[in-house]
Amino acid sequence: MSKQRIVVVGNGMVGHKFIDTIIGNDETKYEVITFSEESRLAYDRVQLSYFFSGKTAEDLALTDAAYYEENGIKFVLNDKVVDLDFDNRNVITASGRVESYDKLVLATGSYPFVPPIPGNDQEHCHVYRTIDDLEDITKSGETSKIGVVIGGGLLGLEAGNALVNLGVETHIVEFAPRLMAVQLDDGGGSLLKRKIEDLGVHVHTEKATTEIVAGTTSRYRMNFADGSHLETDMIIFSAGIRPQDELARKTGIPIGERGGIVINNHCETGVEDVYAIGECALWENFIFGLVAPGYQMAKVAAAHMHGDSDTEFTGADMSTKLKLLGIDVASIGEVHGKTPGAQSYTYHDEIEQVYKRLIVSADGTKMVGAVLVGDVEAYGTLLQLKLNDMKLPANPSVLILPSSGGEEAAGMGVDALPDTAAICSCFDVSKGDIKNAVAAGCCNMGELKASTKAATGCGGCTALAKQVLDSELLSLGFEVKKDICEHFAYSRQELADIIRVKKIKTFSELLVDCGSGLGCETCKPAVANILAAYWNEYVLEDAHVGLQDTNDNYLGNMQKDGTYSVVPRMPGGEVTPDGLIVIGQVAKEFNLYTKVTGGARVDLFGAQLHELPVIWKKLVDAGFETGHAYGKSLRTVKSCVGNTWCRYGVKNSIGFAIDLENRYKGLRSPHKVKFGVSGCTRECAEAQGKDFGLIATEGGWNLYFGGNGGMRPRHGDLFASDLTDEQVRTYVDRIYMFYIRTADRLQRTSVWLENLEGGIEYLREVILNDSLNINAELEAEMESNVANYQCEWKTTIESPEKLKRFKHFINSKEVDTGLAFKVIRGQRFPLAKEIEITELVE
Amino acid sequence: MDITSSNTTWTDICPINDLTPDAGICALYNEQQVAIFLCKQSSNVYAVANFDPFGHANVLSRGIIGSTEDIIYVASPLYKQRFNLATGECLDSEEHKIKIFNVRIENEQVQLKEAS
Repeated sequence: MSKQRIVVVGNGMVGHKFIDTIIGNDETKYEVITFSEESRLAYDRVQLSYFFSGKTAEDLALTDAAYYEENGIKFVLNDKVVDLDFDNRNVITASGRVESYDKLVLATGSYPFVPPIPGNDQEHCHVYRTIDDLEDITKSGETSKIGVVIGGGLLGLEAGNALVNLGVETHIVEFAPRLMAVQLDDGGGSLLKRKIEDLGVHVHTEKATTEIVAGTTSRYRMNFADGSHLETDMIIFSAGIRPQDELARKTGIPIGERGGIVINNHCETGVEDVYAIGECALWENFIFGLVAPGYQMAKVAAAHMHGDSDTEFTGADMSTKLKLLGIDVASIGEVHGKTPGAQSYTYHDEIEQVYKRLIVSADGTKMVGAVLVGDVEAYGTLLQLKLNDMKLPANPSVLILPSSGGEEAAGMGVDALPDTAAICSCFDVSKGDIKNAVAAGCCNMGELKASTKAATGCGGCTALAKQVLDSELLSLGFEVKKDICEHFAYSRQELADIIRVKKIKTFSELLVDCGSGLGCETCKPAVANILAAYWNEYVLEDAHVGLQDTNDNYLGNMQKDGTYSVVPRMPGGEVTPDGLIVIGQVAKEFNLYTKVTGGARVDLFGAQLHELPVIWKKLVDAGFETGHAYGKSLRTVKSCVGNTWCRYGVKNSIGFAIDLENRYKGLRSPHKVKFGVSGCTRECAEAQGKDFGLIATEGGWNLYFGGNGGMRPRHGDLFASDLTDEQVRTYVDRIYMFYIRTADRLQRTSVWLENLEGGIEYLREVILNDSLNINAELEAEMESNVANYQCEWKTTIESPEKLKRFKHFINSKEVDTGLAFKVIRGQRFPLAKEIEITELVE
Repeated sequence: MDITSSNTTWTDICPINDLTPDAGICALYNEQQVAIFLCKQSSNVYAVANFDPFGHANVLSRGIIGSTEDIIYVASPLYKQRFNLATGECLDSEEHKIKIFNVRIENEQVQLKEAS
C-alpha cells in the first residue's frame, strides 16, 4: 500500500502538534509535508515574551530540522501556500511550487488585529505575534523613550512587559473600562490595574484612539476620542486576533460570518479531506485563541485520519493562569454573571493586593467561575472543581480564604479528583496517567515530566501534578518514617507535644507513657533537650544525667582524647582586660591549649574531669558564666561596636548584642543557635549568616532569620524591617520558641525554615498576625525560660553532691594515665594514636 | 576485706549510692579502668573495660545506656559505637570486643571480680 500523503499548511504550535501526533500514530503509513511562511520551524509562541528576558529563538523552538528529517517529514520554509486545487488535490505556493495531497490540514493560525486608525502603518508601529515582530520591536526600542501598547488584554499586557524589559516608559491604552476584559471582572481588573501601575506602567482605560499623528515632544502623538492625547515614540498593536482564513476564503471553503474556517467535531471543513485546526478554525461559532484547545484539535484530526471516528472535539475549557508583568492572574469558567441566579464570594486584601472571587450556582453546590489576581494558589483546586463539575464543600469560602496554618482547603485534596481529571491540559495528562506513571516506577517530578510530559508545557499545572504525585507515592507506602528511634513511634515534634501537653518531667515517665525498651543515644538526648527547653531545670538533676551526651553531663565538649573544653561566655565578644587576664591565668595554671574562636570568645582545651570544677570555680569567681559551647543552645551573639565607637555605626549593636545574648543564654533548642548584630549595613558582624541576624538602619533593626554557615551556607531571609529593640525581642521570642517547639532533632533554623510549608511568609503570618493564636503562649514560655536561667557551672560547683561525678575514678584520687601530649608552637596537643601531628611540627 | 589482687575474690569498689541510675562511673580495679553501669529498669549492674578501642581513650563510663531489642548496651561518647554490656561485644563491628568484669551488690557495696 502506498503511503498516504498529508500536507500541513502552517507550521505553528498546532501544526507541529498535529505532525508529531500523526507520525506517532504510525510513521510508516504517512508521508508528511509542511509549509511555513515564516523562516523558522514551529516555536513556542506562548513563551514568546521570554525572548526579552534573554531566551533565543533556539530556546523557544519546539522542533528542529534534524527531527523532521529523521522522521521523514518534508518542510518548506519562507514559502506561503496561496492556492488550492481541490479537483486535482494540489496545493500551490507563492513561489509556484505544486504539491499533491491525500489529506490536507489547514493550521494557518491567526493574525493580530490592527484597528483601522489613520496613521497605524508608520515605521515604529508593530504587532506582537512572531519572533520577527519581536526583533523589530527591539530595534524600535533602541531609539525610543516612550512606548504604548494598544490593547489591555492578555497579549497586550505581555507586550507591555516587553516594553518594560526594553527600558522604555510604558503605557497601556485600553478601549474597555478594565484590563483583561474577557477574563476578569471589575474587581479583578481594577486590582490588576493598580498592581501594574505600582510597577511604573501607566494604564489608560476607556480610551479610543482616533488617529496617530506626528508628535511634538516624541515621535508620534495619539489622539483619543475624549479629546485627550498621548505622545509616544513607538506603538504595539495588541487588540486581539483574527483567524487566518485568507486561503479558505479564496478557495471557497465555508467560513463563518465573522471569519474562521467552519469545522465539525472531527475538525473536517466543508471540503472533503480538508481539515482545519487551531486558531483558524471555527467550531460552533467559536474561535479558541489558546494553545490547549488547538492541541486537542490536532489530536482529533490525526485520530480521524487514522480511522478513529470516536475521538471528537467537543469544545474546550478557556480557563487561564499566567504571570503578567510578574503579577499572577487566573480566570476559570464564566465570570461575567451570565449564569442565572449565580452568587459569589469575594476576598479582597488591599494591603497584600490580592483579589479572589468565586462564583457559584444558585443553589451553592457547584462552581460557575473564579477570578484570582495576586494569589493564584487556589487555581489548581478550583479548576478541577470546575472541570469535573464536582460538588463544592459546605462552606465554599474556604476555597479562596487565605489558609490559616497547615490545614488543607476542606476536603478538596487531590484524592477527591476522579482519574479522568485533566491535570496537564497542554499535554493532556490525566490524574490516571500520573497514577500509571507512578505505578511504573516514577518517583519524582523529574521522572514524571520525562515519562508523561506533564508540567512541561506552560508549567501551570506543576503544583497540582506534584500533589497528585505525592499523594500517589504516599498511597503506595513511600511515606518517610519520622519515628525518632525504635523506642518511640513519634517524631521529635510529636514527643515535644506529648511532653508539653501531659506535663511530663522525666524520661522514665515518657517511656512509661508512650515508649518501649530503655531508650538509646538518639532518643535520650533528644528528650533531655525537650525537657530542658520546656521546663529549663538544672540539667544535672539525677533524673536527667543518664539522658545526656557527655558534653551536657560534664558541661564541656569532649575532645578526641576524652578531655573537655572550657568556654566561658563573653556576651557580644566583649571582655574586660581583667577578665582576659583571669582566663590567661587559668589556662596557664592548667596548661590548657588556648585559641580565639570564630564566635568571638576563647576556647580552652585539654581539661580533665577532675580539673573542670576547679577551673570553673576560678572563672565563676571572676564573674564568668558557662558559654554553653557544649549544648544544643544559644552559642554566641557576634557583633561589632556599632555607634559607640565606630564612625559609621547607626545603632548600638554591641549593647543590643549583649542584651540578646543574656536573654537567650542557656535556652536549649533542637540545634545550636547563633546571632549576629551589625551596627550598620556594612554588616561587619556577618549577621545574615546567622540563625538570627540584626542589621541597624536609620529606620530601626532589620531582622533576618534562617542564615547558616557550616556545610551548606545560607543567607537569612529578611523577616521584618525597621523594628524597635522591643519589637525585635518580641519577634525573636516568638520565632525562637516556635522553632524549639516544632523543629526536628538536630534541625538548624535554616532547614526548619526551608521545610516550613509556606516558608518565611507563613512564618510572618504566625508571628506578626498570630494566625495560629499561639503568640501569647510562646512569649509566656520564653519568659519562664528567661526567668529560670541559671549558670549550670555555678550551680554545679556549689553542690558537693554533683561534684562527686567530676573525678576520673569513683574509688581513687588517681587521674587518667592514658593521656599523652605533645608541645607544638608553645602549646600542648593530644598525642592520640591516629593524629597526624608530626606534620605540624616544625 | 581482701584488697590483694586476687582473681577469685570480690573487691569492694564503692557504696551503691555512688552509682547514678542509668549512667556510668569509672572505677580503678587491679590497675585497670572499669566502667560500671546501674540500669534502673532491670536493677542490673554491669561492668566493662573503660577503654574505647575505636577512639583510643578511657571514656566508656561516660557513654549513654541504651537498648535494642533485648540487648542492653553503652554507646561510646566519642564516635557512638555500641557495646553489649553483658558480653562486651561491639554491635557495630565484629572485630572489637571489650573485656567484661563480674559485678555484684553486697552489703550496699558495689563489688568487682575478674570474669573467669
